[in-house]
Amino acid sequence: MSLAQTEKYFLPQPSLWPIIGSVALLTMAIGGVMVIHHMNHGWWVLLAGVAVLFFMLFGWFGEVIRDSEAGRFNKQVDSSYRWSMSWFIFSEVMFFGAFFGALFYTRVLSVPWLGESDTMQQLWPTFKAAWPTAGPGLTADGLKFTPMEAWGIPAINTLLLLSSGVTVTWAHWGLKKNNRAQLILGLGMTVALGIAFLFLQGYEYHHAYTEMGLTLGAGVYGATFFLLTGFHGFHVLVGTTMLIVMLLRSMAGHFTADHHFAFEAASWYWHFVDVVWVLLFILVYWLI
Amino acid sequence: MSDAAHAHDAHGHHAQPTGIMRWLTTTNHKDIGSLYLWFSFFMLFVAGSMALLIRSELFEPGMQLMRPDFFNELTTMHGLLMIFTVIMPAFTGFANWQVPLMIGAPDMAFPRMNNWSFWLLPVAAIMLLGSFWLPGGAVAGGWTMYPPLFIQGGVSYDLTILSVHIMGLSSIMGSINIITTILNMRAPGLALMKMPMFVWTWLITAYLLIATMPVLAGAVTMLLTDRNFGTHFFNAAGGGDPVMFQHIFWFFGHPEVYILILPAFGIISQIIPTFSRKPLFGYASMVYATASIAILSFTVWAHHMFAVGMPVAAQLFFMFSTMLIAVPTGVKVFNWVATMWKGSMTFETPMLFAIAFVCLFTIGGFSGLVLALAPVDIQLQDTYYVVAHFHYVLVSGALFSIFAGIYYWLPKWTGHMYNEALGKTHFWLSVIGMNTIFFPMHFLGLAGMPRRIPDYALQFTGFNQIATVGAFIFGFSQLLFLVLVLKTIKSGAKATDQVWEGAEGLEWTVPSPAPYHTFETAPVVK
Repeated sequence: MSLAQTEKYFLPQPSLWPIIGSVALLTMAIGGVMVIHHMNHGWWVLLAGVAVLFFMLFGWFGEVIRDSEAGRFNKQVDSSYRWSMSWFIFSEVMFFGAFFGALFYTRVLSVPWLGESDTMQQLWPTFKAAWPTAGPGLTADGLKFTPMEAWGIPAINTLLLLSSGVTVTWAHWGLKKNNRAQLILGLGMTVALGIAFLFLQGYEYHHAYTEMGLTLGAGVYGATFFLLTGFHGFHVLVGTTMLIVMLLRSMAGHFTADHHFAFEAASWYWHFVDVVWVLLFILVYWLI
Repeated sequence: MSDAAHAHDAHGHHAQPTGIMRWLTTTNHKDIGSLYLWFSFFMLFVAGSMALLIRSELFEPGMQLMRPDFFNELTTMHGLLMIFTVIMPAFTGFANWQVPLMIGAPDMAFPRMNNWSFWLLPVAAIMLLGSFWLPGGAVAGGWTMYPPLFIQGGVSYDLTILSVHIMGLSSIMGSINIITTILNMRAPGLALMKMPMFVWTWLITAYLLIATMPVLAGAVTMLLTDRNFGTHFFNAAGGGDPVMFQHIFWFFGHPEVYILILPAFGIISQIIPTFSRKPLFGYASMVYATASIAILSFTVWAHHMFAVGMPVAAQLFFMFSTMLIAVPTGVKVFNWVATMWKGSMTFETPMLFAIAFVCLFTIGGFSGLVLALAPVDIQLQDTYYVVAHFHYVLVSGALFSIFAGIYYWLPKWTGHMYNEALGKTHFWLSVIGMNTIFFPMHFLGLAGMPRRIPDYALQFTGFNQIATVGAFIFGFSQLLFLVLVLKTIKSGAKATDQVWEGAEGLEWTVPSPAPYHTFETAPVVK
């Protein structure tokens, strides 16, 4: 009986979670627009949407975890998860690609063009079209900022994230040889490194805003700097959350040496976030 | 059937939800396919009504019916809705119904996520349509959302950005689902190079969607921060460049064009062999041509921007890469014609639409080649010639293939044959209507009539009146199609399992109508 069931591909029962997720996103979108346009109660609508979203995430992932622990996922389902996680990470690569593309386009093409034309020379004779820049108009208006230095916090953060790639792999080795203590310790260290990274990144942003004049509004340098590092930081937050869930599941005795794709998915994601950081460190912090 | 009934017991003892809850919570690929198709059909009438309002205003020069800004809202929303809530969901609906049936899978790889992919679309549509009632009206800057115009709009612009995010989320999840299903759930023996063409085209389309939708999300996110959070991505005063938006947007936008047409190629490649009673000519070359089109589509984006002021070297590169796409597309058209060559052909409605597709899509392809020539395009940029071009590929291309596919598979889905006389009437009215609208637009564009403007010079009146008459013929003949579909669901001659004499493939081995669960035990393909 049980053999016959696991031979079949797992097909879930009808589920309410997706429609709850849709309601959450609709509420969040409306709330977000209300907040942006300073309408009354906007924050409450937005927070209500976020709350429903978290309710959905807990419920839906909880159901998947229960299905998995009940042994309903056979090899073919496992393989589906592997394909889908790979394609999901590919979509994330392309998302970051849009912002790296913007960085490339402005640094290599459009900022130099701003210095080339005679019109520009007439309009803003003192403007130097060199990276990093806040652009001719803002510079002429007196906007000043200091670009972020690579060999301070960013270098420490590089060290933290690269080490966390090692610890998560060490945890995986522990899982594969049934060493639960090594798994939990490795995951715990990875989570700690992720949180330390986020803390330092927050400190860096605070410093940039309060002491360096480096804000979202600091021209195209500020815009690319904050959107690239900001979306990366958000991904670290999501990755850390995934790893915390894996830590809690490991402590609850989930996963076996040969059936633990959720853990692997989280670690794939973590390595992806790592690689994006290395690119950021080189292209955003270092080469300026 | 007994197999299906048994599996149903084994899966659980929960009562299946009924009524509205069945559709809200369903995890069945056939239910979700039907949801996509009905949603798309409904939105076709919504966005089509906007087109009729546009054509009514353009029946005569001067301002008749509406304020110019409302006209701009209509053209913008007509484009956004037709692309994201009509054509794309229709193809995803076909994928949901047909991919598992054609590869012998019990369902999609992720049935719950499949449900969410669909139910995000009504949310996005509500946000887009609702913005008509907001202060300042709906978005009016064109579906391409170019800054600086798009930066300056009101509340509805932010709502549209978030709506695009949600539609992107839906497309990415839907595509991951389809790609995983195709790669991981084929019946034993069904090698990649034995897959039906429709499955191949969707595999490649899903790849294009996963590659480009996140780029669109990035582009509109930059619009959002430029609008609200003080960034200067698209503002030269801050060192940015409005043209950069066009580059990022069209890096998404051009592959998007193939997202809208590759599944159409797939449907046509199923239908023509069936009614020619011959296997598809040049199957392998069809696969390679589809893949080539997909890869080339990432290298042509700036042909949408020839008039924006690019270096000549860039113009030449994008001109030649664009013309290169004509090669694999030509391979496809050649193969379809060669499939019909010396075939034992019959002309049921799906075949009529398929043949019309081959002829009329080719016209659209050729006008695309004309526009690919940078010096010509600088003349024709933003004229009705462009409007004629992309409606030939999207109406007589994408939409006709959807009609063809519905006629082709409707008997399998409903268990009834449609009314052939009604189908043929729908076909002829659509073909005549469609050409009456869009053929004169070539002349209007060559004579210099600009698009997206509610008024025009007197000498354009004649062709505009012809186009408007055609629009009403085409629009109202779709009501006939609605009647036909409803009639086929309720009644009609009983369809056999194979439905069409020349049909081959796994979907024709299951009963008509296809039972709720199919292929719970995978068939073996030899």
